[in-house]
This record gives sequence, C-alpha cells and structure tokens, in this order.
Amino acid sequence: MSACKDREQDPRIEGIASSIRVVPNFPKPGIMFQDITTLLLDPKAFKNTVDLFVERYTGKDITVVAGIEARGFIFGPPIALAIGAKFIPLRKPRKLPGEVISEEYVLEYGTDCLQMHIGAVQPGDRALVVDDLIATGGTLCAAIKLLERAGAEVVECACVIELPELKKRLTPNY
Amino acid sequence: MLEEENGVDPRLQAISAAIRVVPHFPKPGIMFNDITTLLLHPKVFKDVVEIFVDRYRDMEISAVAGIEARGFIFGPSIALAIGAKFIPLRKPKKLPGEVFSEAYELEYGTDCLEMHVGAVHPGERVLVIDDLVATGGTLCAAIRLLERAGAEVVECACVVGLPKFKGRCRLNGKPVYILVECRR
Repeated sequence: MSACKDREQDPRIEGIASSIRVVPNFPKPGIMFQDITTLLLDPKAFKNTVDLFVERYTGKDITVVAGIEARGFIFGPPIALAIGAKFIPLRKPRKLPGEVISEEYVLEYGTDCLQMHIGAVQPGDRALVVDDLIATGGTLCAAIKLLERAGAEVVECACVIELPELKKRLTPNY
Repeated sequence: MLEEENGVDPRLQAISAAIRVVPHFPKPGIMFNDITTLLLHPKVFKDVVEIFVDRYRDMEISAVAGIEARGFIFGPSIALAIGAKFIPLRKPKKLPGEVFSEAYELEYGTDCLEMHVGAVHPGERVLVIDDLVATGGTLCAAIRLLERAGAEVVECACVVGLPKFKGRCRLNGKPVYILVECRR
C-alpha cells in the first residue's frame, strides 16, 4: 500500500514527489530513472520522508531495520535511530567481512546476490526492509528471504518510490 | 553537558568496543575495523551521531557529503539533525545525470569518486563523512571534488581512524576528526 493512496494524501507527499528527479535513459535506453539524490538536497523533503516512515513504524515493536545497498543505507539508518532498532546493511557480494549468508535473485539478464551477516538477526526479531525504490520487487524478495532464513519476521518492506507500471509483483508476499 | 573523565567522552569507550576487528579482510595482513557491529547497538549508534551533531551543529554547515557506501550510513542522520543537504559521493556510473569525477590512487591501480554537478554551490560549507580513514586517499578525492565545485570543506569526520588522525594530521590541508582509533 502506498501513502499517496490513502483517502486524504498526507500534505508532505507532494513536496517529496516533486523533489525526485527523473533522468531519462539511465542506466540504459528506455529506463526513466527515479533519482532521489535531489530529494536529499532538500532538507525539509528528506526530513518529511523519514518522519512519514517513523510515524508509521513507531510502536510496532520493530527491532531491526535492514537497508539494501546502497540507497537503502541513506533512508534506513535515520528510521532505525528514531524507532530504537538495530540497522543491518544488506550488501552486494564480498563487501561484508566475516561470515555471511547469501541469497541469489534474478535480474533482467542474469542473476545478482545479496548478503547479510550471520548473527545480525536473531529468531524473533521483527524486521522492516528499506530501499529507495521498488520496481519488480526482486531485490526486496531476496532481502525478505535472507531475514526469514535467519529467523526474523519481516513486518513490511518500505520504499520511498513505487513504479506503478510494475505493480504486478513477482510474488504476493510484501 | 556531558560528564567527562580526564577530558575523555565516556561514550567513546562503548563506541570502540562495539567495533569488530576482522583479521585478513579483504586480504591477508589487513585487520578490518567493521562498524556493522556498532549498528547493532542502537544506543551506541545514536551516541556516534550525537557526538558528530554536537560538534557540527553551530558551524554553519550547509551540506554533508557521504562517501559510498558506509558514509551513507552515518552522513544522512547528521545532515538531518543539523538541517543540511546530504550529498552522496559514489563509485563510477552510479549517479545518473551530469557528474564530476575524481580519480585517486589505490595500493594497486586507481579508483574514482563522482559527485553530481549542481549538488553544491560555490561558497557552501561542507562536512565530509566516511566510516573509516586509513591512507586518506578517498577523503582527499572527496575534498578535491567539493573544491572543484567551489565549496569549502570545513572538516572530514570518521568514526574510526589511524592514530595519527587523533593528532593534528590534515588531509589536503583540511582537519580530520575521528571518534576512536583503529584497533588491531
């Protein structure tokens, strides 16, 4: 569900939406890239973005915020700090030192892999997954699997942006 | 105000203890200072951000530039607290649109850091953030990027650093501020 579909849209949403820049044909022809870096240049819009998530997740007993490298690292930690949760970076291969678990996922061409530290999450942890944008949901599904393999319960996945043309998710589990 | 013992912030001991040392990563001989364990302790993570915020809130800093990727974990919270912009400095080809690129030397070969054109304006006062400073190569590239855009780099801040940065060691003439020394 998205905040902009609530019966009355939160007045902060419009400022957030208009601060996001669309860059055509990046990273390749045909893709209209939703660039959140311009949102980050607007301290009020950035604060409102974080506040909206914090308001939603405060009081839900969330113990873990897992952010997907790299733009999930920008939004996840401020949320984690505000709700008193641990922050766990989910990373591309070979970035995390020490023991990790890996989850492969499908790209348009080929596969990629997401990793999480062993011991970051305990059975019974209630987790929020954060990324800047959801498209097909492939990366988020890999994140959910990693957390569930470690025994956590994924409460929700939260993103700043949803691509409406990709609303039919690969799995209904989000 | 904080009670200090012998002038040392009592929060720093917990910060240092929360950092895990992983031997021989990413290659033999390197004792990697891993901040991910610090992020698993909400109180300690909060203390890190608060110490930086207390230091920088009255320095009229209008932008915080964080170095990909671990600088993204610490920079935004500081930016939000002091009302500054956050600017991601990224590896090549990650930022869409027009960028400045700055090459820097690695032990073997070179790497490159990029920043969006228009992210900073001439005269802006900027703080650079990363998790750790060793040689300072990446931070120097960040300083050069920001100066090419006309900004003034006020300081570079890292959670951990080599002991020389606890003294008066500068990078490209800019002061470096670290919370704790690397552990071996």
